[in-house]
Amino acid sequence: MANKIPRVPVREQDAKARAANFDEVCYGYDESEAVLEASRCLHCRNPRCVAACPVSVKIPEFIAAVASGDFVTASSVIAEDSSLPAVCGRVCPQETQCEGSCILGVKGEPVAIGKLERFVADWTRARGGRSVAKAPSNGFKVAVVGSGPAGLACSYDLAKAGYDVTIFEALHKPGGVLEYGIPEFRLPKEKVVAAEIADVKALGVKIETNVVVGRTVTVDSLLGKEGFSAVFIGSGAGLPRFMDIPGENLNGVFSANEFLTRNNLMDAYRDDYLTPVMHARKVVVVGGGNVAMDAARTALRLGGDVTVVYRRTEKELPARREEVHHAKEEGVRFMMLSNPVEIIGDDKGWVSRIRCIRMELGEPDESGRRSPVPVPGSEFEIDADSVIMALGTSPNPLIARTTSGLETNRRGCVVADEDGRTSRPGVFAGGDAVTGAATVILAMGAGRKAAAAIDSYIKSLQKD
Amino acid sequence: MYRILSKEMLSPAICRMKVLAPRVAEAARPGQFLIVRTDEHGERIPLTISDYDADEGSVTIVTQKIGASTREICALGEGECLEDVVGPLGLPSEFVSMSDAELEGRRYIFIAGGVGTAPVYPQVKYLKSRGVSVDVIIGARTSDLIIYRDEMAECCDNLFICTDDGSEGFKGNVTAMLEKVVLEDGRRYDMAVAIGPMVMMKFATMTAKRLGIPITVSLNTIMVDGTGMCGACRVTVAGKTRFACVEGPEFNGYDVDFDEAMRRQGMYRSEEVEADHKCRIR
Repeated sequence: MANKIPRVPVREQDAKARAANFDEVCYGYDESEAVLEASRCLHCRNPRCVAACPVSVKIPEFIAAVASGDFVTASSVIAEDSSLPAVCGRVCPQETQCEGSCILGVKGEPVAIGKLERFVADWTRARGGRSVAKAPSNGFKVAVVGSGPAGLACSYDLAKAGYDVTIFEALHKPGGVLEYGIPEFRLPKEKVVAAEIADVKALGVKIETNVVVGRTVTVDSLLGKEGFSAVFIGSGAGLPRFMDIPGENLNGVFSANEFLTRNNLMDAYRDDYLTPVMHARKVVVVGGGNVAMDAARTALRLGGDVTVVYRRTEKELPARREEVHHAKEEGVRFMMLSNPVEIIGDDKGWVSRIRCIRMELGEPDESGRRSPVPVPGSEFEIDADSVIMALGTSPNPLIARTTSGLETNRRGCVVADEDGRTSRPGVFAGGDAVTGAATVILAMGAGRKAAAAIDSYIKSLQKD
Repeated sequence: MYRILSKEMLSPAICRMKVLAPRVAEAARPGQFLIVRTDEHGERIPLTISDYDADEGSVTIVTQKIGASTREICALGEGECLEDVVGPLGLPSEFVSMSDAELEGRRYIFIAGGVGTAPVYPQVKYLKSRGVSVDVIIGARTSDLIIYRDEMAECCDNLFICTDDGSEGFKGNVTAMLEKVVLEDGRRYDMAVAIGPMVMMKFATMTAKRLGIPITVSLNTIMVDGTGMCGACRVTVAGKTRFACVEGPEFNGYDVDFDEAMRRQGMYRSEEVEADHKCRIR
């Protein structure tokens, strides 16, 4: 009786120890743990997990291979649909996707699909990586803007199909949010991110760093004098939001983007890097998403006493459940139903306190979540020497402003159809640049769809 | 990797480098800046572009040794490489998008302080190429710290040099010089542009306002990515928060909250002091 086996727990670094280092929290399964966990899968005739996966990984098929100890087959099954399995196994919100729809989850614990995917990816890497079949070169050049999940997934599929792909990355290292946003303790940079990018490069994809599309070059110049047949915009949502409350420009107030970029991309937490970062004593993080959890746990590791302030309740926290759980274990405090109204500074212009107001949940808003409303007269103050704003991000307007004929919506997102076609022929887009801030896996799904659309677009040009 | 084609010291603390960066050179316009990183362990340092040559594929940067990272840049020699050069960043100066009719008859005065003289140079050169009349004030503490003296003299109409100690030119700071040029010499200007230390730009703005001259300033704020991602560069302009990296670096001086900008510039000062002096008592 396969489903009588309880979900195999995953080994993790001790909470107290890891609160003071940046090493990966989760150790992952070993071979016997993975085989045992894989044996729990019921192999449903109509697998709901596959339908719930934005890139439609053939989950029961790869799990069957794991259960029989054939990790090589498991790896090639995953590779058919996912270019970044070691990343997805670690950062996907499985509880709302594959695992959330696992039939075992109805009465008990779902199969640990994410942990199994991660196991297969790590096992494969440790044995020299994947070999991926590639079509012969067709001579067409495609430019991809941004080397985050959307751009990498799009490039991976296009390169496999024989296209000559160049990715243009604004920062000095490829990876986008995988590199600057998600911390080392959740997604190791050398072991996982760099290795997965190396796989994409092994297909012949070129990555040109330090090119800001919209400044260094434009979409128009790529399609024009640089001779690309199509452009995919996967530039993400990099523009941080602030609250527009008094005191937000005091010293010690940071966007989560700045705080995380300094630590992740620029390695500020390491002594051998020059990047400065504030080692605050009392930190308030505003927001409840994955970025807020990442910022809170990073500030904690830098020696801070950290409180997350969130305007709804724990039930509405948009972060992955595992991240909230880990944050609590490590000692991050949560203050729910609270919203900042003002940041108060000392006489030198540094943060000294943050004034918040209590909230209560009212009617559901358009997202279906009950919207918080302030309780009059319930203001209170918290001591803090640093405030980190993790309120979400929106797409950077640089590309849209410098590309003729590219339609954007009122939130600054590039308008694209299901397959990534924008208002301008030959220009495709996907990921956070289109949806606003979402997840790695949704961006990858959009990148794959756009790759297919680019392929048929270029083929249609040949027929004319 | 971006090769250093030539390097010279303009003063003991200021170096000038010509760097091979063809994409940046081709796209650069007056008023824009770039970000460099010396090596894998270095910071991203925003620097102004002091010249560019699309044919040669080169950009010229001028760096003053202020902290650990800027010292590292200045320690590099001809033939060596910078790990990263990204740009051009920020918006070009307003006059770049002005038509010949709009520019005709306008008189500009540039107020350059210290290392801020370097980014003034391409602006002056550009305006002269479009037939606009340009005067330049260069100010420094002492004569040894005056840079771009000859280059500037060659391309502007009138060059005014001032030093705090009187070792060269007028004795006094740039604001006193500006007042003298306008009030005593009776010169008229339609527009002023100040680039230099934040405090200099603050006082240049106050003086220009008193003299009734509109003024543009170029804000050298703290930045990480330089593309609008981090928000470290936020400044209050006309009561609204703006990102200097993408909406600037040039703003109407009258509207800038300089006191806030100066305070924010010092945000990492204690960290930088630590980087210079690693304490071993732990």
